[in-house]
Amino acid sequence: MGAFLLITLGVALSKSNTARAVIRPAIRAQVVRAGVDLLPMVAFLACALGLAVIGQTVFLLNRFGAENYAGMVMVTVVVRELGPIVAALLVMARVGAANVVELGTARALGAVEALDALGIDPIHYLVVPRVIGLALAIFSLTIYLIFIALVSGYLFAFIEQVPLEPGKYFAQLADALLWQDFVLLALKTVCYGMLIAIITCYQGLAAPLRLDEVSRATTKAIAKCVVGMVLLDAVFIVVYLVV
Amino acid sequence: MAQEISQSSATLIEAVGASVQRTSSHRVVIEDVNWQVGAGEYWVVGGRHGSGKSAFLATMAGLQRPGAGVIRHFGRELAGLSEPESIALRKRVGFVFKGGGRMFPDLTVAENVALPLRYHRDWAGGEAIDAIQGLLEATVLTGLADGTAQSLTTGWQQRVGLARALALEPEVLFLDEPVAGLEASHRMWWRDFLEQLSQGAGWARGRKMTLIVATSDYSLWGGARRHFGHLKDGRWDCLGERSEIPEMN
Repeated sequence: MGAFLLITLGVALSKSNTARAVIRPAIRAQVVRAGVDLLPMVAFLACALGLAVIGQTVFLLNRFGAENYAGMVMVTVVVRELGPIVAALLVMARVGAANVVELGTARALGAVEALDALGIDPIHYLVVPRVIGLALAIFSLTIYLIFIALVSGYLFAFIEQVPLEPGKYFAQLADALLWQDFVLLALKTVCYGMLIAIITCYQGLAAPLRLDEVSRATTKAIAKCVVGMVLLDAVFIVVYLVV
Repeated sequence: MAQEISQSSATLIEAVGASVQRTSSHRVVIEDVNWQVGAGEYWVVGGRHGSGKSAFLATMAGLQRPGAGVIRHFGRELAGLSEPESIALRKRVGFVFKGGGRMFPDLTVAENVALPLRYHRDWAGGEAIDAIQGLLEATVLTGLADGTAQSLTTGWQQRVGLARALALEPEVLFLDEPVAGLEASHRMWWRDFLEQLSQGAGWARGRKMTLIVATSDYSLWGGARRHFGHLKDGRWDCLGERSEIPEMN
């Protein structure tokens, strides 16, 4: 799979100016599928996250007189951890699984050989748009999710009559956010998107499949994505501690 | 005799000591193929089911590597080409797959046909669709252009596969059992259309296309000025004129 990643990156760079009339719309289609189409679901999850986790955390901090730490806790829990992983899990479940089915079926039915016969690089046409599209989509969804979760969480705390003014709450968030958070959030979400796209495309395309093998390849890809995301998260925890 | 005919014109496709293997098992199915296809020739490659015609055609078209030997297209050995050189040659060689042409299911008929133009010439969708109108008319696909290719019967899908292979106006066209399983009206249409391409008539606009058709049934392909090859027991059993093919007599 490492070789598949390197080949994909090589094709993405070397053919960045090739067939833009085909590849750019394909990237847009992936962003719509993995991003725009998931906005209602992400909004719902973000509200649930805000109400269940953030609101209660703020409420508890207030009970112990530690409301001054609300911003720091929110940044650590939501911005660094929950936001990226929830957005990535959702994209993996909704789009990653579909990737394996689509590409595995295309491979099984010979559409990949048909691309080859037309002089169209299958990695360029099928994989590169998915890698770029999923990376952009997870990054955007994470920002959207974090914003809604932080606001809905505060609303829950407000309803519970926690004496924390909105201005003070958002000032705490602003103080707790460091420049590293923005950089690492972007890097982490882009890595999640690339990881999901590479694993699902690899499972769908790399080995010749029969149609009855597509479902097994899909479950295998999802399991690998989950393990990969946990490992990637562990790497970023170490990076957060170091920087 | 056929090779003498081939050498009288520019050689476009050439195999020297080539062996053909199946992609699934890597088992060699045809050995020691020495073959030349000259410009404007019309070849019919026959053999029973399972004789390796599809693997033979894919290997000669450069879609899969030979187990041994050399394949040349337009005088260039395929094995030593860089990727840009390989793509440049690939655009000069069309390939029609059997059994429905292997359409891209998420695209309409017009989008399937226009895809190679959009990819290689970096044309926007509308520009490419305009450019293929003549081809859609020639293949009688105009009325079906906006539907998805998957919704068509195999006969029409096969025709979309032909139109897609012709979109880049290749000099050589390989066709893998193009009429297998099709009804009589489709079979006649294919025979007449390929004859037009071979003569440079109609859509071909005076450009005689080199054709190589694989078939397990010679009955439709018994025209004049054609060259015949027959695959049997992993070898070229016969190579030459129609009269030299035992299965045709």
